[in-house]
Amino acid sequence: MSNTEAVPSLPSAAASPAPRSPSKGAGPARVKSRPADRIFFGLSFGSAVSIMVILAGVALFLIVQAVPAIAANWATNPDLNTGPTGGYANFWAYVGPLIWGTLWVSAIALLIGAPVAIGIALFISHYAPRRIAGVLGYLVDLLAAVPSIVFGLWGIIVIRPLLLPLTQWLNQNLGWIPLFGGQASTTGSTILAGAVVLAVMILPIISSISREIFLQTPRLHEEAALALGATKWEMITLAVFPYARSGVVSATLLGLGRALGETMAIALIISPSIEVSTRILTEGQNSQTIAANIALNFPIANALQREALIGTGLMLFVISLAVNMIARYIVSRTGASAGSRKSSRKRRAVRASVSAASSSSAGGHA
Amino acid sequence: MTATAQSAARKPQGPMTNALTTGQLPRFIEFYVLAGALVISAGALALMGFNWGGWIFVSIIVYLIGLASLSTVAENRRKAVDRVVRSLVTIAFLLAIAPLISTLYTVTAKGIGQLNWAFISQTGGAVFDPTTLKVAVTSGALQAIVGTLEITGIATLMSIPIGLLTSIYLVEYAQPQQWMARTVTFLVDVMTGIPSIVAGLFAFSLATLIVGPKAFSGFSASVALSVLMIPIIVRACEEMLRLVPHDLREASFALGVSRFSTIVKIVLPTAIAGIITGIMLAIARVIGETAPIFIAASFTDNLNFNPFFGPQQTLPVLAYAGFKFPGQDIAASNASAWGAALLLVLIVVILNIIARIIARIFAPKIAR
Repeated sequence: MSNTEAVPSLPSAAASPAPRSPSKGAGPARVKSRPADRIFFGLSFGSAVSIMVILAGVALFLIVQAVPAIAANWATNPDLNTGPTGGYANFWAYVGPLIWGTLWVSAIALLIGAPVAIGIALFISHYAPRRIAGVLGYLVDLLAAVPSIVFGLWGIIVIRPLLLPLTQWLNQNLGWIPLFGGQASTTGSTILAGAVVLAVMILPIISSISREIFLQTPRLHEEAALALGATKWEMITLAVFPYARSGVVSATLLGLGRALGETMAIALIISPSIEVSTRILTEGQNSQTIAANIALNFPIANALQREALIGTGLMLFVISLAVNMIARYIVSRTGASAGSRKSSRKRRAVRASVSAASSSSAGGHA
Repeated sequence: MTATAQSAARKPQGPMTNALTTGQLPRFIEFYVLAGALVISAGALALMGFNWGGWIFVSIIVYLIGLASLSTVAENRRKAVDRVVRSLVTIAFLLAIAPLISTLYTVTAKGIGQLNWAFISQTGGAVFDPTTLKVAVTSGALQAIVGTLEITGIATLMSIPIGLLTSIYLVEYAQPQQWMARTVTFLVDVMTGIPSIVAGLFAFSLATLIVGPKAFSGFSASVALSVLMIPIIVRACEEMLRLVPHDLREASFALGVSRFSTIVKIVLPTAIAGIITGIMLAIARVIGETAPIFIAASFTDNLNFNPFFGPQQTLPVLAYAGFKFPGQDIAASNASAWGAALLLVLIVVILNIIARIIARIFAPKIAR
């Protein structure tokens, strides 16, 4: 506000009205602009406040809608003991397995996606020829522009049949591991297939942030390692990874945050049941995620069941909020503890590339 | 250096050319090993039954093992590790490109047959004919196109002022260390992480509390999309406004121009190309959203022009419903789903291209 005051109070026209040229009209323009100035400041300040209001509103409306279902006795309530929510003692018994499923599927997707994404980032930042690195990076970012529903349909048509032989092989030969146990799917609607598609969807976000961080590694560190006779890989482990560790961790967490909220790929591909299961090759006995469960049951739910689903959505909101905040915290903490220019530059790189990743992407998560 | 010294220095080089390259594998060894691996695994798989995925997978394994052992024998372990990592990293990149190509190819191949004028210009759906007792399925996406345009349009109209003004507040008015600025920046960061389905639930809850149960409307879906769109726009605009050189603002202030006029007449015109690019990309980003729209606007095959009342359909929702809730003719439903998906991808691609073109044409203005 002080800045707004400072500019009009410059002594010029008011002090010397005589030489003011009427064609320029500096004086009247400034007089007119003062209310406009104030209104404009009010508008932009109001918009900033509205961000807070919207976020608070999201939390508030979800809570208001969810409370009746959370408080209800699910076993006796006639609206809740039938249909998709039937057979649960209370809200927590219903949402528990869903939270497990959300974390489980996201974790597998991250396990598949994160190493590949970091590999891509390394390839583009340190291995690809300089001239085409930019184009290659853009290609990977294009992956984020594909709407998630398209990835879902692609998963049904391409990934499910593609993974069937692998599914059967793993089940037959490694079935004694609980992960691969159970009755193997014959259609391919497994957690594995869903997680693979999810991994593809989180590739661009993790790789674009990691890439930015890798590129920020001080050139002298790299050259020092190479001068000591390190191979390229040793140089990367000696110079690049230590520098980029926190950035890569937070990139991975942001990827996790995206995977948690992913709906369409899971809803279309995985054939679920609401249970705590660690098997990834079965069909109809897979853990279900919160988002996909909402998507599948929302159209067929009655009013109170919808409120129960909104309650599960509230849990998803809380989880992904927590993951995102931890990611931001890790980035900001490295900035604060080191306190150097370098770290703040790194933090800015993360912010900038996050926004680049999310804005250059279309339908990143739906 | 004199000629004699040069020739003296060069003389021993003749017989010792490989002094620098002894203990090293030939230059393009990776390609030779890869070719060998492809042949070997093709041969091995031919005995057991050939499939593409298996061939590529086995080839990669054979290649990595072959390269590692060759390099360990001829060079040393460190070099072997280096070569294997180089290969792995390249494979990781190809792993990212393969789904991109595969997705675009699949959508195009499956959807191209659907994409014709009738699909765009007529309302799809199943019509029960009581005289013949048959359900006639017409494939069309007009209702979804109308819904997509209206819902995304309203969301854009709501998001641009809030997003742009917030970024103006953050860049032009707020001090970076100020409590308010830090909070808003943090909240915008957090907002980018809201799962889209949660945004849909929020809009549905809001509409339910205001209108009552079954409050499906296109406007409510727009609210959901705005929640997703605002942080993207804030980020994009903030970045662009920060790129505007401070000299321009200071020159303007020095001339006694008010802050409002400086922002509107100097800062925004300088950054406008970047801002428009950011907004285009934000539209491209939310136009593909599925979950929030069918939560807030449900889905319907009816043509509904009124975004404030009744369910509306969008292209991604049409694609989703065609697969998950198909009509009696499952093949036709799936086909129209692919048509909608292709149309959606085309729209997104066009938006992206326009954004790039705008960015490119006006780029010097920002750099100056």
